[in-house]
Amino acid sequence: MPVKNEFDVIIIGGGITGAGTARDCAMRGLRVLLIERHDIATGATGRNHGLLHSGARYAVKDSESAEECIRENKILRNIASNCVEDTGGLFITLPEDEEAGFGLDYQKKFIEACQKAGIDAKAISPSDAKAMEPSVNPSLIGAVVVPDGSVDPFRLCTANVTDAAMHGAKVLVYTQFLDFIREGDTILGVKVLDTRTGQESEYRAPVTVNAAGIWGHGVAQKAGIHIGMYPAKGALLVFGHRVNNVVINRCRKSADGDILVPGDSVTVIGTTSTKVPFEECDNMEVTPEEVSLLLREGCALCPALASTRILRAYAGVRPLVADDSDPSGRSISRGIVCLDHETRDGVKGFVSITGGKLMTYRLMAELATDLVCRKLGVTKACATADTPLPGSVDGRIETVSKRFEGKVSAGQKGAAGRQGDLVGKIKFATPEDKQLVCECENVTLAEIKYAVSELGVRNLEDLRRRTRVGMGTCQGTLCIRKAAKALAIALGDPSLAPKLAADYLDERWKGMRSVGWGDTLREMEFMQRVYKFEKPYSYDEI
Amino acid sequence: MQERNISANNFEQCQKCSLCETVCPVMANNPDYAGPKRSGPDGERYRLKNGIFYEDSLKYCLNCKRCEVACPSGVRIADLIQQARIDFNTKPPKLRDVMLASTDQMGPVAGAFAPIVNFTLGLSPVKSVLDFAMGIDHRRTLPKYSSETFVHWFKKNAAASQDGFKKHISYFHGCYANYNYPQLAKDFVAVMNAFGYGVHLIDGERCCGVAKIANGMINAATRDAKINMGAFRKSVSEGRDIITVSTTCTMTLLEEYPELLKVGNDDVKEHISLFEKFIYKAISSGEVKPVWKEGWKAKAAYHCPCHQERLGQGIFTTELLKMIPGMELTELESNCCGIAGTYGFKKENYKVSQLIGKPLFDDIAAAKPDFVACECETCKWQIEMSTGVPVKNPVSILAGALDLEKTSELNRP
Repeated sequence: MPVKNEFDVIIIGGGITGAGTARDCAMRGLRVLLIERHDIATGATGRNHGLLHSGARYAVKDSESAEECIRENKILRNIASNCVEDTGGLFITLPEDEEAGFGLDYQKKFIEACQKAGIDAKAISPSDAKAMEPSVNPSLIGAVVVPDGSVDPFRLCTANVTDAAMHGAKVLVYTQFLDFIREGDTILGVKVLDTRTGQESEYRAPVTVNAAGIWGHGVAQKAGIHIGMYPAKGALLVFGHRVNNVVINRCRKSADGDILVPGDSVTVIGTTSTKVPFEECDNMEVTPEEVSLLLREGCALCPALASTRILRAYAGVRPLVADDSDPSGRSISRGIVCLDHETRDGVKGFVSITGGKLMTYRLMAELATDLVCRKLGVTKACATADTPLPGSVDGRIETVSKRFEGKVSAGQKGAAGRQGDLVGKIKFATPEDKQLVCECENVTLAEIKYAVSELGVRNLEDLRRRTRVGMGTCQGTLCIRKAAKALAIALGDPSLAPKLAADYLDERWKGMRSVGWGDTLREMEFMQRVYKFEKPYSYDEI
Repeated sequence: MQERNISANNFEQCQKCSLCETVCPVMANNPDYAGPKRSGPDGERYRLKNGIFYEDSLKYCLNCKRCEVACPSGVRIADLIQQARIDFNTKPPKLRDVMLASTDQMGPVAGAFAPIVNFTLGLSPVKSVLDFAMGIDHRRTLPKYSSETFVHWFKKNAAASQDGFKKHISYFHGCYANYNYPQLAKDFVAVMNAFGYGVHLIDGERCCGVAKIANGMINAATRDAKINMGAFRKSVSEGRDIITVSTTCTMTLLEEYPELLKVGNDDVKEHISLFEKFIYKAISSGEVKPVWKEGWKAKAAYHCPCHQERLGQGIFTTELLKMIPGMELTELESNCCGIAGTYGFKKENYKVSQLIGKPLFDDIAAAKPDFVACECETCKWQIEMSTGVPVKNPVSILAGALDLEKTSELNRP
């Protein structure tokens, strides 16, 4: 078994926390290795609302989280302009909220708590709320405007990984953590498995960071350490188009299905919260009960959802952590948990960063990196709050899309929206390059080539996370054959195409099955007609 | 589970099957046009996010609505495109577009000087100037203006006798029959009178608005629509159905008013009917009886205009024409002629317009008819200019084939 080069720090987990930590560590001059068993952003990072919290949701109950959120909210608008959309948000009060004790008195309390946390919250009249967001439930009796927004977690995670790599970090995806290399009470490194080649390797570093989300529970166990984690499943539904252009929340105690977020070309309603066993974290299905609950609650925010096509359902797992100070393990913290296992458990060279949320990933990364640096005796200060991410130096589509010469095509505008100011790296050399592969989401052949050469794409799911290919109305029915062919050629092996397409469509099918009625059912039937699967994989040419 | 899925113009019902692209006449001939699927339902999703995704190429859509006829999911593709043009196109219409679109304002002016206007518009130096200064293609034969409008003629010669009939209808003549080709309207009055119907004008009839919609003059079109709807309601309340002769006007009144201009027409929709449908039903139910001329013979080829395809009423026309003894009718393959109202007049569209029409022109040449039967006035200009074969409206064909005197006697109450 070969022993690989040493690093200063190894980070386990390519979600937003690991990606952010890798970026921070690399920017502080550390030699970083990031390992991820699948692709980046495959866990909870890619399975949430994509809500850029203002913090208002936490203001009444948890002022600390609220303050963290609004601080990070402002930072992300600045450093991740290409990933963030300033939609604004509404917290609405409905007649039934009043009956349940969350009427306009609560709204007052809510606004005060927001303002105390530094969140610019302002009550507006129901008619102004309807003018601001015409799809909002017209029976509302009160509304508060807050600086919510939407954030694209795939883009955000990709940008962090890209920046880490630009600062010298080594990123290994499809590389599974197997075990620690340990000497006495010190962690010396990790044993990993390349899941595609079956090759096992070892990497060494004085510090290893566990940033594996809910799977961090298992990682810690390998070091003999117990972190009291609670996998909390959250289900969400994706609607076929943007029904709302402003985030809509309920002004009441947080509950299921009370946030509606417009993200890119769709609207997402969520979430639920159910404790699930660890075994289920790898393979989650959304149940019919969850779908009807989300639909019911969603319609209370925005009645049009009752008749809007649902593209698919998906679920993620929050890594909730029991408070160490409570021996019963019942009190759960929603805040950031940064554990130095040397002081906590007597295991040297090992740190866990968990809890928290997408919104506060940068702060989590900063805390973890501070701890790593203390251990390594590095004093360089954190600069991630002021340094724009790649693509976001000037990431607004209005300015980015002007950079193309001549007439800007739909595909170029789409690419500009996704890749921000890095769009200049995409080469639209031939007429074929300009051709759309995914027509729902305006993805060109050139962008696919770029994603393969620059963004580490190995399969269509990876490509989807970088470009939105196949995420539109038809869920890949029309484009995946073309995308699979283009990707297989870009990867250098055209014979991969059928397998790439089949794997992708299997995953899409899973999400569509939970909401398989109406037009989605028709789409599924159409998809089946177009792609007739038989093992070994083959698909009909149309 | 949801009981039904709907969205504005059904755009979300699109399954991305792309059938619409296979029937789009523009897509086949103009590589700059992204096609109905991408301009319509696909584009709509991104336009909802940010108006920056509006594509200038939507202007190439000629609104033939063949995509809508083909769509198996009921997506109002052409309406989506027209609506996006209304909502997102910030450029004000050019002078040329305003002039082409204002059929009811240009009509009276041009009509007053008809001989001069027709003569000058026919001169090649004038055409060159129009081409250069206005962007109206010089190869295009421009429609002639009549020196006496139909309305003027009607008031002078026919209005007085209309109350003598037992049954009555209101006639929406449209701009073309009024300003450019009153003979069509005169034929209409003759045929309707022969069948025993008194013909009445619509109070203060305005242009249906189709050309204004196509050229981005939405406020003017909406104003006209409201005036027309008021007049229609009055007519219906007096027990008179509204009969039309232009398929495009009819489609605009029935479909575009509520969908694009948001002018409701539910209460009168059932009472608006194309001449062919109205008369076919009346003849086949025995309500009226035709007497055909002895020995009348003709070889005609029927071209179904795009907007008639959209209305789905071409069958009434063909069945009506087949009732005429001595009629040898060929039904031409369904193809767009390429003119699409004002579209083909614009210099930038001339070439594509003629390319689109080519399959139809070839079919007409092969059929060698005495004339082409067609309900649409702009198809008439295009086909006559491009093939040299005369085009007759079924109203005029009936006026020629019926023994009007005997029909009149038979249908007299």
